[in-house]
Amino acid sequence: MPTAREIKRRIRSVRNVRQITKALESVAAGRVRRAQQMVEATRPYSARARELLASVASLAGGETRHPLLAHRERVRAVALVLISGDRGLCGAFNSNIARTALTFIRESSFPVRVVTIGRKGRELLSRRGAHIIADFSPLPSRPGLLDITPAVRVVLDAFTNGEVDEVHLCYTAFLSPTQQRPVVKRLLPLLPESIAPSYPQGPRPAYEFEPGAAEILNALLPRLTEIQVYQAVLESQASFYTAQRIAMRNATDNASDLIVSLTLSYNKARQQGITSELLDIASGAEALRKMAEQS
Amino acid sequence: MPLHLEIVTAERTVFSGEVDMVTVPGSGGVMGVLPHHAPVLSTLRPGELHIKVGDEITYFAIGGGFVDIQGDRVIILADSAERADEIDIARAELARQRAQELLRNTPPLDKEDLFKIEAALRRSQVRLQVARRYRAQRGLDTSA
Repeated sequence: MPTAREIKRRIRSVRNVRQITKALESVAAGRVRRAQQMVEATRPYSARARELLASVASLAGGETRHPLLAHRERVRAVALVLISGDRGLCGAFNSNIARTALTFIRESSFPVRVVTIGRKGRELLSRRGAHIIADFSPLPSRPGLLDITPAVRVVLDAFTNGEVDEVHLCYTAFLSPTQQRPVVKRLLPLLPESIAPSYPQGPRPAYEFEPGAAEILNALLPRLTEIQVYQAVLESQASFYTAQRIAMRNATDNASDLIVSLTLSYNKARQQGITSELLDIASGAEALRKMAEQS
Repeated sequence: MPLHLEIVTAERTVFSGEVDMVTVPGSGGVMGVLPHHAPVLSTLRPGELHIKVGDEITYFAIGGGFVDIQGDRVIILADSAERADEIDIARAELARQRAQELLRNTPPLDKEDLFKIEAALRRSQVRLQVARRYRAQRGLDTSA
C-alpha cells in the first residue's frame, strides 16, 4: 500500500499530463479546421484544371492517347505513394495506413516500389522490409503544392521511363469530420473519371492553342497528377489531426478517471493513517490508565 | 461589358472579379485581353500579370501556369500567384540569393533538386521585379 504522500505525488503528475493532453487536443482541433479549409481551397483549381483538360482533350481529338493516360497491357512493377503522418500521438492513424499499404503490397502480384510522404509510414514500412525508393518527409505543417512536386516528379519519371507501369496512392481519406478511411487509389495512368468531368453540353468554342494542344496537354497532365497528390496530402493531414484530437481526448478522459481513483485511494490511505494514529493514541491512553490503576 | 477574371492556384483563389483588361505573360508573348477576345488556351511562363479596373492597375507575380480565355471569361491557373503588395521584398531577395548560391556552389545535384532550385530562382526574380515596380510607382523604398 503506497503512502498518502506517494499517491499525492502521482495525482499531481497525472494532473500535469492531463493538462498537456488537453492542450494538444485543442491544438489538434484547430488544425483539423485549418487542414479542412486547405482541402476546400484546392477545389477551384482542380475543377478548373479538369475543365481545361476537357476542352483540350475534346478538341485535340487523338491527343487523348497521351502517355500519362495510356493504360499499359503488361504490368511488371507498380509504385505506391504512401502518405502518413510525421508524428505520433494520434492513436492508430499511422499503423492503420501502414497496414493498408502492406496489404496492398502483399496482395499485389507485381513488385511494389514505395515512395513515402510522412516519417511514420516510412519507419513502419522499412521495418517490414518494403522496397522504398524515395522518401519525402517531414512535410511542413502547411504544405504548399511546391512541397510535394519533388515526390510527384519521382513517380512521374518512374512511370514515363517504364520503371513502373502503374502508380497508386495510399492515404487516409477525410470523408467527413467523423469518418476517415485509409484508401488506395490509382494515380497513373490517370483514371478517366478522376480527370474528365462531365463534358459541358453544347458546341465548344473554336479555341486557339498556344503553343499547341499537345504542349498544353503535356504541361497540364503532370499538374493534374500533382493536384491529386496534393489533395491527398491535405486530406491525410485533416485525418491525422482528427485522429490526434480523438486520441488526446481519450487520454484526457483517462487521466480524469485515473485522478478520481487515485484521489479515492489517497483518501483511503489518509483515513487509514488517521485511524492507526487514533488507535495508537487510544491504546497508549489505555495503557497509561491501566498503569495508574495498578499503582 | 467587363471581363470576368479568376486567378486560382492549387492553394487558394487569388483573385475573382470583374476587370476591364488583363495582361498575361503567355508562353508565346505577352497577351493583353479585352472583352470579346477570341477563345484561347495558352500556357503561361513565370512573369508579371496585371489587371485594369477603371484607371486602377494591379500587378501580380505569376509562376507559370495556364490561361483559358472564353468569351468574357478568363481563367488563370497559376503555379503560384501573388499580388504585388503581398510580396515581401526582403524575403524574395533572400530566396533569390539562396537559389543562386545553391546553383553556383553545389554542382553535383540530381535532377529534382536542380529543377526545384531553378524554379525557385525564376519565381523569386519575377516576384522582385513585380514588387519593385509596384513600390517605385508609389514612391516607396524599393530596397527592402
